[in-house]
Amino acid sequence: MTERLDVRKTYKLYAGGEFVRSESGRSYRAEDANVPRASRKDLRDAVRAARVAFPGWSRRTAMNRGQVLYRIAEMLDGRRAQFAALLGGGRPAGREVDAAVDTLVWHAGLTDKLAQLLGTVNPVAGPYFNFTVPEPTGVVGVVAPDEPPLLGLVRGLAPVLCGGSTAVALASGPRPLAALCLGEVLATSDVPAGVVNLLTGHRTELLPWLAAHMDVNAIDAAGCSPDELAAVEEAAAANVKRIVLPEDGELGPWRAAAFMELKTIWHPVGV
Amino acid sequence: MATSLAHLGSLMRGVRSVDQVGVEERAAALAKRSIKKDSKLWALDLAIRCMDLTTLEGADTPGKVSALCAKALRPKPGDATVPPVAAVCIYPALVPVAAARVRGTGVRVASVATAFPSGQTFTDVKLAETGEAVAAGADEVDMVIDRGAFLAGDHEKVYDEIGAVKEAAGAAHLKVILETAELGTYDSVRRASILAMAAGADFIKTSTGKVQPAATLPVALVMMEAIRDFHRETGRAVGFKPAGGMRTSKQAIAYLVLLWETLGQEWMTPDRFRLGASSLLNDVLMQIDKERTGAYQSEDYFTKD
Amino acid sequence: MAIAKRTDLGAPAPFEYAPAPEATDHVTIAPKYDLFIGGRFVRAHSRRRFPTVNPATEEVLSEVAEADEADVDRAVTAAGDAFRTWSGLPAARRARYVFRLSRLIQERARELAVVETMDGGKPIKESRDVDVPLAAAHFFYYAGWADKLEWAFPNRRPRPLGVAGQVIPWNFPLLMLAWKVAPALAAGNTVVLKPAETTPLTAMLFADICQQAELPPGVVNIVTGAGATGALVTGHPAVRKVAFTGSTEVGKLIQRQVAGTGKRLTLELGGKAANVVFDDAPLDQAVEGIVNGIYFNQGHVCCAGSRLLVQESIVGPLLEKLKQRLGTLRLGDPLDKNTDVGAINSPQQLRKIEGLVNSGVEEGAELFQPACRLPERGYWFPPTLFTNVAQSSRIAREEIFGPVLSVLTFRTPDEAVEKANNTPYGLAAGVWTEKGSRILWMSERMRAGVVWANTYNRFDPTSPFGGYKESGFGREGGLQGLLPYVELAR
Repeated sequence: MTERLDVRKTYKLYAGGEFVRSESGRSYRAEDANVPRASRKDLRDAVRAARVAFPGWSRRTAMNRGQVLYRIAEMLDGRRAQFAALLGGGRPAGREVDAAVDTLVWHAGLTDKLAQLLGTVNPVAGPYFNFTVPEPTGVVGVVAPDEPPLLGLVRGLAPVLCGGSTAVALASGPRPLAALCLGEVLATSDVPAGVVNLLTGHRTELLPWLAAHMDVNAIDAAGCSPDELAAVEEAAAANVKRIVLPEDGELGPWRAAAFMELKTIWHPVGV
Repeated sequence: MATSLAHLGSLMRGVRSVDQVGVEERAAALAKRSIKKDSKLWALDLAIRCMDLTTLEGADTPGKVSALCAKALRPKPGDATVPPVAAVCIYPALVPVAAARVRGTGVRVASVATAFPSGQTFTDVKLAETGEAVAAGADEVDMVIDRGAFLAGDHEKVYDEIGAVKEAAGAAHLKVILETAELGTYDSVRRASILAMAAGADFIKTSTGKVQPAATLPVALVMMEAIRDFHRETGRAVGFKPAGGMRTSKQAIAYLVLLWETLGQEWMTPDRFRLGASSLLNDVLMQIDKERTGAYQSEDYFTKD
Repeated sequence: MAIAKRTDLGAPAPFEYAPAPEATDHVTIAPKYDLFIGGRFVRAHSRRRFPTVNPATEEVLSEVAEADEADVDRAVTAAGDAFRTWSGLPAARRARYVFRLSRLIQERARELAVVETMDGGKPIKESRDVDVPLAAAHFFYYAGWADKLEWAFPNRRPRPLGVAGQVIPWNFPLLMLAWKVAPALAAGNTVVLKPAETTPLTAMLFADICQQAELPPGVVNIVTGAGATGALVTGHPAVRKVAFTGSTEVGKLIQRQVAGTGKRLTLELGGKAANVVFDDAPLDQAVEGIVNGIYFNQGHVCCAGSRLLVQESIVGPLLEKLKQRLGTLRLGDPLDKNTDVGAINSPQQLRKIEGLVNSGVEEGAELFQPACRLPERGYWFPPTLFTNVAQSSRIAREEIFGPVLSVLTFRTPDEAVEKANNTPYGLAAGVWTEKGSRILWMSERMRAGVVWANTYNRFDPTSPFGGYKESGFGREGGLQGLLPYVELAR
C-alpha cells in the first residue's frame, strides 16, 4: 500500500517579478492550504515595484503589450486542467478558466485600438493642430471579488494592463490559490517584473493601506462591499485617486478607458 | 591651429539640428552589417592597432601601469602576428612609469588631464596639469570640456579653454572629451563637436568612461558626421575616439563599420581613429583565435594584466 | 545614349565585408504547387503551369498552376459556401483563427523571409526586418477587431459583405496578402486571392499556414495565374467586393469592369511622391530618408519618394551628401545580409526602367550613378539620380517603379506645394524641416493619402494607407481599413 507522497506546493506571493513569502512570515488557512498573509509592508513593496515598472511598461508599443497579453492567454490555456482542478473541477470550473482566457485574448486585441477609439483630432477654431491622446494612469490597485476567484481577478487585471498601467491586486480572501497560481502563468509570459503584483491576506487589514497610499493612482473597487467602497472613496481623496466602480457583464473598451488619462496637445499650423 | 573665431555665437546657432529617430535608425541599420572571415580578421587587427589600452582608477599603481604596458606591447605573448596597441591611456601621475616602459617602441603615452573626469576646477590648474603631463613624457593629452560652462551657454569659455590647453600641450596631440552622456541631446553633441574642432582639437572623444552611457553608436555617428562636415568646410581632418562601455569585438567592429561608411578609408588608421578600452582587448584576441581555429575560446588562455 | 551598366570599381577596398549569405538549407520549395481551394491543394482544371524564377540568378524555383475560368469559379463557390458558416461564427472565434495565422507567421518568419527574397529579389534584411514582421502584425491587429466591430462604428451593426476577390502585386507579396486578407477575414468575409504572377511562393506557404491553423476550408482560397486569372476573379458575379493593388492602368480597367455590377471596390494604385526638403532640415537624416524613400526595395514601391523637391538654397550640399551616400549602397545578392539594393523583379520591369531612364537622358536631364558592379546573371539596375529635371520630363511625371530619383528645386513653401501636387497621382509625400508648424502647414496642403514628416516609408497596421486621385481610393490599415469590408446595417 505504497501510495505516492506528493511534493506539496508552498504557495507564495507574486511581487516584483518574484515569488516571495510575506515579510511578516504570517500565513492563514484557506482551501486546505497555508496561504501567505500579506502585510502592509508587502503592500508597500508591491506598490514600489509597480511604480518602478510603470515607465517601461507604459512606453512599450501597444502591439508589444498586446503580444504579452496574448502570451498570458497562451500560458493560461496550457494550464487549463491545473486551474480547473484548483477551482473545484467540473464544467463550471472549466468555463471559468475559458472565460478568463477569453478576457485576456479580448484585451490583447484592444491595446493598439484604444488610441483610435478614445483619441481624437479636434477641429479647434484657429490655426492649430489639436489632438487628444489617451495615456495610462499609473499604478492601479485592483480589489478582486471573492467570487469567481480567477475570472474576477483577470477581469480586474486585463483592462489595467491593456492601457499600459501596472497593478497591485488584492486577491480573493476565501479562495486565493487560483490567484497565486496565476502568478506562475504571469512569470512565464514575458510580463516584466513589477507590472503585476498579487497579494493574498486579510482584506480588512490590507484595503485601508491601499486606499490611502499616496502613490497609487486609481483603484478598481470591483471586490468592495458598499461599506468598504465608501471608506475607500473617502481615503482616496487624499491624493485624488480615480475610483472605478464594479461593472457586470461584458467589459467593453470603456473599462480600459477608465484607467487612462486624456492629454490634449496644441501646435500652430504655419509656414 | 584653431579656426579663427570672430562670431562664435553665430557659429553655434548655425549648427544644424540632428533628428534623433533618424540617427538612431541609421546607427541600428549599420550595426546589422555582418562582417565575416577575412573582413573580420582585418577589422580585429585594426581594432588592436587603434586601441588606447586604458586604466584610470584611483587605485592605479606603478605595478599596475607596468603590467598594462607589457600587455600593450605584446597583447598575445608568443604570437608575433598580433600587433601592439596604439597607446596606453593613464592618469598624469603615472606618466613617468609608462613613458619609461614604452619609450622607443612606437606605443604612445596618452595622459588624461584637466581635472579628469569632472573638469570642475580652475583653468590655471588644468593648464599646469597638462604641461606637467607632457613634460613627464606624454605624447597625447585627453582633456575634458567644461560641461558646466557648455550647458550654461558659455561657449566662449569652453572654446578658450580648449585653445589654452592645446597651447599648453605643445607638440602633444590633443583629444577633447565631450562627455556626451551629460550633454542631453544629439543637437548638443553636434554643437560641442564643432566647437571642439574649431578650437583646435586633433581628436574628438565621446566620453570619460566614468558616466553611463559612455560611447554609443548613434552618438558616434553624430560626431563622425560633424567631423565629415568640418573636414569639407575647413580641409582639416580631425580624428574620432569612442571610449567606455566597449567590451566585445562585435561592438568594436560596429564602430569600424560606422567609420567606414561615414568617413571612409582615410579614417581607418590609428592617426584618425582610436578605441578607448581595457577589457575589450582580450575579447578581440579570442575572436581572432576563433576565426583562425574555428572553435569558441575561453578566457583562461589570455593574460589578464 | 547608352547607360553604363557595368562600371569599373578600381582596386578592392580593404574592408570588403566578406559574403554573409543567409542560410537557405532549412527552407523547402516544392517543385510544383497546385491551387489552394476549399482548404486543400487541388490540380488546376486548365492543367497549365508556369515557372517562377529567382530574379537574382534567373534560376527556376518552382512551377505554379494557372487557374482558368473553371478554377476561379470553383474557388469563388468554395468561398461562398464557407461564408455561410464563417460569417455565422461567434466573432471571438473568428478572432482566434486570425490570431493563429499571425502567430504562425511569426513562428515561420525566417522561412517566409528567405522564400520572399528568393522569389522576388528584395534584400533579405528587408524581407526579414520589414515584410514578414509587418505581415504578422497586420493579422494580429485585425484579429483584435473581429470581436470589437460594434465599437468601431457607433450606432451601426457592421455586417460582412460575402466573398472578396483580391488581386495583389509583386513588390511586397506576403505583406500585400496580409493587408488584403486580414481585414477581410476579421470582418467576417471569405476570400479568393490572386497573387502576382512573378511572386506566388509566399502565398503558397501561407496556404500551408492556413492548414496548420486549421482554418475552416474555403475561408481563404488562393488561385495563381497572370492578368487573365486576375480579371476572372474581379469579374466573377458572386464576388461582392473587389480589392486591387497594382498599376493605375490596370486599376482603371477593373473600375470599368465592375461598373454597374454593385460590387464594392477599393484600389491602391501608382504614385509619384514628392519628397520635399527644406533648408533647415537635419541634412544627414534627410539624406537617409531620401535614400530609404527611393532605393528601399529597389524603388518598387507605390509610395516611393521618386521626386526629390529640394529648396534651392541647399541643393548643393544636399546633392553632395546624397551622391556620396549612393556610393555606399551595396548592390548584389539579395540573400546576402549586407545587401542594400537587390534585383529588379523581372525582365519586363527592367526594360521599363531602362526605357524611362533613357528618356530622361534624351530629354536633357543629367544622370548620376555610383560605381557599381552588377552580377553577371539576373536583372539589375544601379541606384540612379537625375538632376536638371524639368517638371514636364517623363521621369518627373511617370511612375518608373525602379531605383531612379528625379531631383527638382523650389524656392518657397507655396512653390513646393504647387509642384508636389502637380500630378494626377496622390499617394504619398515627404516633408523635411525642423519647424513643427511648417510640417503641419505642408501636411494640410499636400494632396496625398500619406504624409511622412522627417521620415519616410514607415508602415504600421494601425496606420491607414491609401491614395488621393489616381493613386486609388479606400484605406488599408487602421480602424478605417475595416470600412471597405463591412456593410453598415442599422
